[in-house]
Amino acid sequence: MIASDISPLASRLSSGAHTRAVTDPFHGDLLEVSMGPHHPSTHGVFRMQVTLDGETIVKLKPVFGYLHRNHEKLGESTSYLGSMPYTDRLDYLNSMTNNWAYALAVEQLAGQPVPERAEYLRVILAELTRLLNHTCLAGFLLQDCGCSGTPLMYAFREREKILDLFEALSGSRMMCNFQRFGGCRTDASPEWLAAAKQLTDGYGAFLDEYERLITGNEILMARTQGVGALKPDLAISAGITGPMLRATGVDYDLRKVDGYGFYPRFEFRVPLGDHGDTYDRYMIRVLEMRESIKIIQQAFATLPAGPVMDPKAKLRGFRPKPGEAYGRIEGPRGEIGFYLVSDGTPNPYRYRVRPPSFVNLTLLEDLCLGHTVADAVIILGSIDIVLGEVDR
Amino acid sequence: MEPLEQLHARLLSAFPGAEISIVNNPGPAAQHSLLLPAALAREIAFFLRDDPALRLDYCSNVTGIDWLKAGHIEVVYHLYSMALKHGPVIIRLRTANRTDAVTLPSLTPVWRACEFQEREVFDLYGVVFDGHPDLRRILMWDEFKDHPMRKDYIEPDDYEWEPTPHGAIHDKAKAHYPAAVTPAEGAAKP
Repeated sequence: MIASDISPLASRLSSGAHTRAVTDPFHGDLLEVSMGPHHPSTHGVFRMQVTLDGETIVKLKPVFGYLHRNHEKLGESTSYLGSMPYTDRLDYLNSMTNNWAYALAVEQLAGQPVPERAEYLRVILAELTRLLNHTCLAGFLLQDCGCSGTPLMYAFREREKILDLFEALSGSRMMCNFQRFGGCRTDASPEWLAAAKQLTDGYGAFLDEYERLITGNEILMARTQGVGALKPDLAISAGITGPMLRATGVDYDLRKVDGYGFYPRFEFRVPLGDHGDTYDRYMIRVLEMRESIKIIQQAFATLPAGPVMDPKAKLRGFRPKPGEAYGRIEGPRGEIGFYLVSDGTPNPYRYRVRPPSFVNLTLLEDLCLGHTVADAVIILGSIDIVLGEVDR
Repeated sequence: MEPLEQLHARLLSAFPGAEISIVNNPGPAAQHSLLLPAALAREIAFFLRDDPALRLDYCSNVTGIDWLKAGHIEVVYHLYSMALKHGPVIIRLRTANRTDAVTLPSLTPVWRACEFQEREVFDLYGVVFDGHPDLRRILMWDEFKDHPMRKDYIEPDDYEWEPTPHGAIHDKAKAHYPAAVTPAEGAAKP
């Protein structure tokens, strides 16, 4: 090898930059790769139009819409309650929080109060959903790193237990359709509460086991630390919410800020990250699960008796007065909001979903630039998208 | 956070002569909003973001509403402050009509969060955002013609129909066959 070839290579290795040396005979040849829509790492039908210099990403354009069915138009052409089962299909892992966000928006629109026991049940179910979603994410992220099978199966084993609880309560594992305007559809039986309490009490042991397996793993750290680092200013400007925002160190959790439901009654902490990289995003979710367990245990300890549905709530012939409302909650992926405009008819004049994973994808290109394709896969995995919600 | 009336008065003193008005929300939610003039919208948005008492650094939700009877399309922005943890301040922009004057200034230079959501409003409502860095369709495919969230949108009979060379051949072939017999008539004959 001649000397002139060695020096740029050496400087490239020492600087740590992934750019190709200028003396490389193929310098400047860019390759366009279309990742997806059927790539297994995209978690659905999602496409990344990637431009590569060698293996380094120099441009990335996300392409959506493969699952678009104009959810909002359907919402405008049906009654308020008619959209409730359809919100399950937005983010099909977290139907309970989608239900809650929609019910909250309609309750704000109509000025509908909610009984105390229903609010407690909503908190319990939302935190169980958070456990479910973050557990799945931890499994999927490891799968995206190339760790086939084992972590995902550990995660799915626990997910099944939560889904069994949802099925016992609502009749459906994933499409729960459980919240109503002014409460919940059914009450939880003492047996269900006992089973849910048992699961929650044992969840910490599962997290310990999982963390022993994964968190300190050298390969995971090498693959994720420093990958896809995000600055707090950019995250705020881009409207990033949820664990992805808090991984950058911004203290913004709607459970604390808005204090909706009965969250101010419970004691919990909001974990914050330091670097905003993929590892922090993973770690924040693990820590959030531990806080969720605390919230559920407090809710079980103080769960009041009473009805779960406001007796004056109107389900049939529901016509809110003209007006509008934007209701939002802290979903497992970020802020999920519903914006409704009523003109006094049984159907909403405008029905809008503010999907967290759609907005969180705004920064996908910024996070991936300068990284390799294999890193783009885990960055996308750590953003945590569900295409049912992105495409609507 | 300061009441909306006070914010309105402050905006009027900062932007003298601007037609800023409060849109009243008669519902129980009582989330009133500010209607901004399109020409000054971006300056006012920068003011809302940078004002030390407001610091509305987070644009949560961007959406369109098609007011068919009033004859304009409205774009609604829900703003919050992550720094001071308050909100929402809701601002609205209106197009002049629904057909040829549908241009509004893009607020993506102010809040990056508007980038995809304004593309979505462009895609589904046909509002053109002036100054948007990458205004393309986002949910519908690029060749799609209409804006499906508009109230007067009529869906095509077949979304996936496209002309093929066989269409003309089939039309020509029809001339060689006798007029179609309905199944009921055909069944009656032995």
